[in-house]
Amino acid sequence: MKVPVSVTVNGVTHAVEVEPRLLLVHFLRETLGLTGTNVGCDTSQCGSCTVLIDGEAVKSCTVLAVQADGRQVTTIEGLARNGTLHPLQEAFWEKHGLQCGFCTPGMIMTAVDLLARNPNPTEAEIRHGLEGNLCRCTGYQNIVAAVQHAAARMKG
Amino acid sequence: MATIFGTPVKRREDPRLITGQAKYTDDLVEPGMVHMAVVRSPYAHARIKRIDTSKAAQMPGVLGVFTGKDMQAAGMGNMPCAWVVPNSDTKTPPYPAIAVDTVRYVGNAVAIVVATDRYLARDAADAVQVDYDPLPVVVDAVKATEAGAPQLHAEAPKNLAFHWKVSGGDVEAAFKQADVVVRETIVNQRLVPNAMEPRAALARYDAATDEVTLWVTSQNPHIVRFLLGLTTGIPENRVRVVAPEVGGGFGSKIPHYPEDAMVVFASKMVGRPVKWTETRSENYKATIHGRDHVQEVELAAKKDGTILGLRAKVWANLGAYLSTASTGVPTILHGLMLSGVYTIKNIHEDVYGVFTNTTPVDAYRGAGRPEATFLVERMVDLLARELSMDPVEVRRKNLIPPFTDGYTVATGLVYDTGNYQAALDKALELADYQGLRKKQAEARAAGKIMGIGVCTYAEICGLGPSSVAGAVGFGGGLWESAIVRFHPSGKVTVMVGVSPHGQGEETTFAQIVASELGVPIEDVQVVHGDTAQTPMGWGTYGSRTTAVGGGALAQAARKVKEKARAVAAHLLEASVEDIDYADGKFFVKGSPSKAKTIQDVCLMANVAWNLPKGMEPGLEASAFFDPPNFVYPFGAHIAVVEIDPDTYEVKLVKYVAVDDCGKVINPMIVEGQIHGGIVQGIGQALWEGARYDEQGQLLTGSMMDYVVPKAEFFPKFELGATETPTTVNALGVKGIGETGTIASTPAVYNAVMDALAPFKVRKVDMPLTPERIWRAIRDAQRS
Amino acid sequence: MYPASFEYYRPKTLAEAAALLGRHQEARLLAGGHSLLPLLKLRLASPPALIDIGGLAELKGIQARAGALTIGALTTHAQVVSSREVAQHCPILAEAAALIGDLQVRNRGTVGGSLAHADPGADYPTVMLALGATMTASNGQATRDIAADAFFTDLFTTSLQPNELLTAVSVRSYGKGTGGAYVKHKHPASGYAVVGVAALVTVNGGTCEQVSLVVGGATGTPVRATAAEQALRGQPVNDATVGAAVRKVAEAIRDPLGDVYASGDYRVHLATVLAGRALRTAAERARA
Repeated sequence: MKVPVSVTVNGVTHAVEVEPRLLLVHFLRETLGLTGTNVGCDTSQCGSCTVLIDGEAVKSCTVLAVQADGRQVTTIEGLARNGTLHPLQEAFWEKHGLQCGFCTPGMIMTAVDLLARNPNPTEAEIRHGLEGNLCRCTGYQNIVAAVQHAAARMKG
Repeated sequence: MATIFGTPVKRREDPRLITGQAKYTDDLVEPGMVHMAVVRSPYAHARIKRIDTSKAAQMPGVLGVFTGKDMQAAGMGNMPCAWVVPNSDTKTPPYPAIAVDTVRYVGNAVAIVVATDRYLARDAADAVQVDYDPLPVVVDAVKATEAGAPQLHAEAPKNLAFHWKVSGGDVEAAFKQADVVVRETIVNQRLVPNAMEPRAALARYDAATDEVTLWVTSQNPHIVRFLLGLTTGIPENRVRVVAPEVGGGFGSKIPHYPEDAMVVFASKMVGRPVKWTETRSENYKATIHGRDHVQEVELAAKKDGTILGLRAKVWANLGAYLSTASTGVPTILHGLMLSGVYTIKNIHEDVYGVFTNTTPVDAYRGAGRPEATFLVERMVDLLARELSMDPVEVRRKNLIPPFTDGYTVATGLVYDTGNYQAALDKALELADYQGLRKKQAEARAAGKIMGIGVCTYAEICGLGPSSVAGAVGFGGGLWESAIVRFHPSGKVTVMVGVSPHGQGEETTFAQIVASELGVPIEDVQVVHGDTAQTPMGWGTYGSRTTAVGGGALAQAARKVKEKARAVAAHLLEASVEDIDYADGKFFVKGSPSKAKTIQDVCLMANVAWNLPKGMEPGLEASAFFDPPNFVYPFGAHIAVVEIDPDTYEVKLVKYVAVDDCGKVINPMIVEGQIHGGIVQGIGQALWEGARYDEQGQLLTGSMMDYVVPKAEFFPKFELGATETPTTVNALGVKGIGETGTIASTPAVYNAVMDALAPFKVRKVDMPLTPERIWRAIRDAQRS
Repeated sequence: MYPASFEYYRPKTLAEAAALLGRHQEARLLAGGHSLLPLLKLRLASPPALIDIGGLAELKGIQARAGALTIGALTTHAQVVSSREVAQHCPILAEAAALIGDLQVRNRGTVGGSLAHADPGADYPTVMLALGATMTASNGQATRDIAADAFFTDLFTTSLQPNELLTAVSVRSYGKGTGGAYVKHKHPASGYAVVGVAALVTVNGGTCEQVSLVVGGATGTPVRATAAEQALRGQPVNDATVGAAVRKVAEAIRDPLGDVYASGDYRVHLATVLAGRALRTAAERARA
């Protein structure tokens, strides 16, 4: 039994029918072909699948597509505006905040929420704020530097 | 242009990765593609009595259900072990991709299901009914070799996969002369690699041509192609293997895995492209684990701290089957490194490779060297404690003096270049070691628990000379190749056999070519990872990509330059010897105005209107580089920890790393590699560990239980460097991908044991969880 | 990673939700999904139907009135963390909520979901028991109040009836003279409480007038450290009296849970240490 949903993703509204058991992350990746959001675990730990729902960071592997009905979803593909990278994207590039890049979309989306709540975080607050995102490559040091760099830039 | 070499150029990989445009294997969609799910054994050891696929086959969307017998009937071969260490009596029992009559670890594949989507494939996999007859289980390597232990393979009595020895000097004599002998049993625990991208494989078989393309999460697509030819019977020249974007590997994506063969087989059977993507829970069971040694070690020394000899017996748990490179890890990559950075003249080690009912063990970041470095660095610290000497002083006393032309250690290896004292001095200075010791005394007086740990290390990487690969039983070569191709417009494409997956060589390789050829770095495109587009190469592991692959690339670039020089000489009507090259221009010596740019030369070489007589058109070169030796990066790391006096949680408060990887092409990337390595090494010391129960069930089977370190566990690391170029390759570069992991585990472990010294605790098994420290202190106080 | 199929219902009212729950006894309620969906993904649970109550407005919101704070079941942990009402009337709740999971989990996970799931490693049950909270349950026709100490009956088990859903939880406000603290040893991987201790202390003229001390994580359900409370009640609050009280914490913990990371013995040790920290912090806050 499929269920009709209407989900706005990166500004585009998609009215489709989905199986109730379909996870939001699979809706994004397979139904819509937005493969920037990655799946790194199956226990809601790694944060690779983080997207924004109505501006808040959530793990899209732990949300059913039907629960996103009527909501606004932003994925990594929707972060740059008119070809201009988001300051966090710029900062991750500038500060070498990524290596294999698999965790990066989720890391950046979490950082968007983090900076929205706390535009001026300390290093410790950034490290704590990223506790729901695992990275196996970078040792986190340059990710933290990237978030600090972006925070400074976003303040102008 | 030479300034490009050695500068922190921003990575060209990043724009696609930070925008979500990169395509990892699971992102790929082929027309008509269907999905595979694997039915896995819940038992660690059992006979398969019966597999009933009938219900699953009837389920919605199912195209096929297949067993190990089906694969055998289709002529699919067993999984090969590509490393058979000589003089070790290595046994290689059959390793079918899908178990046929016996399962030997939890997660062993017993059947596969192909269906139109992943959810339906899982539904049908759950409906496959398998009757098992459970057999006795053994998970511990030492117990597995004891009389009466359950036997895994008829071919391997006592579960011994091999017994390998290394000897140098006269160990017996050394121990007779010793004033002091320190002994320890070290458990270097099993780890789960946890690359953030789980494995995935997508096969498209074309029956009309008997060709197959396999997109796979691999660190070495050329090796997978070579081995896939063996497992599937499809000739290697009809197999194309592509490693698209790969989300980290750390060794876990080196092996040729059963699922690679399964998707090819499945695609052949159902006539459609077939994709399989591992879930994380599956990854914990079906992707290789690392380490897992039990080491009995003795160190002999004089009263003044001079080390005389080292003797060890090691049980290396290899899991249920021999994975691709598994046997080389605890032998060649471990045993030969037991001299560390010290002048230990007498060394003997026995290594027993053991089968157990656990997930196969293979190379994990560092692969063998962490197990060697931890062993040596722990014993040196224990010696210091025994003699009441500062651990730094014991190290100084035994360090190999600086050398630039090779140093032969007791195990027979010839280290390339080294200046261990300099790296140690720099680390001590950066950390303010004396100041730290003062602070420690004050902290102890105030009732705090604080410790300082040191590790000095060298490691073997940049694998390596192919002749050595052959001599030590590796079933392949270890050279690399590269093609540098100038297009008529002057733009350059570089094709390499190595397969980076996060290490940034698209950038560093462009830096090498831009520096060698004087072309703008933006004009250099680097292609890797696709066997149809790249020349043969043995892959990215063992910190060899830049040292060996980069060496091949520099060689190819230099060949191209020489051809261009000849063309320029012809066009400038001068002799080749009179042509100089700088900033992208060839010019006649002494008259820089008489010049041709490399682009001019390139165009002429490609249109070939006016070339020197007999010269072939085109401007490209291919080079093969087989290094004359391994490279041996080194360094010194210092860790400072504080331990909560009530809960006994360890807090890392300071970490200093001084590493020497020879010449540095991109310091930003080098530092990134070090940061990541340090975190993985500290992960082993403090949090990570795979644990099985007696029935072979993995107790740490997900990211809920197995601790992958988080950002908030760490302070900001302080890095320093010394630069001792290697003579092994043209660039003077060594490897840096694994040093952090190799050095940080002993540095942090030694720091914790230093902190616990007042409590008379000298050993706690890793990971150093609060509970284990609490127990160790309690036990020490009771005794 | 791929849940089994289920029927999906999205009621518009509480009455409708309760009616559905009455009809589908094996159905599970879906709120934020952060307790349920992980089980479904691993197929540790495969309920035939899910009733998605995420849209029920009557279960949302935080209200402070007449010395009590009522929190709707669908309130997210993040809303608890940032709520002015919670900060003013019952700050220990915000302190606990901030320690749940991670940013993303707090954005989705709900108070009601966590309480009804009753995971032994969850944080709210411990705090609710310490606060003497009242759970409100509804079967669509009638509501009933359940005291926290009657609500958590075993691990992953509550006294909710199969046709009841948890609609809200109410706690008494506390203010001047009373301090609360929640101290937690987080599992380094899962983020759940290996042990979490909640303490509320009322101090009057240096004397402990009232104390509530609850240990979670060590056992299937949170337990009140009654002997420790008795030892401190009526005593001046100082290192010696807190120390004496803390030594009685272990008495409350029977058959402690153990896993690879922490055995039962170590959990008892942690409970003792964290109880001391929670009591001292709570007493300091009471005096502030």
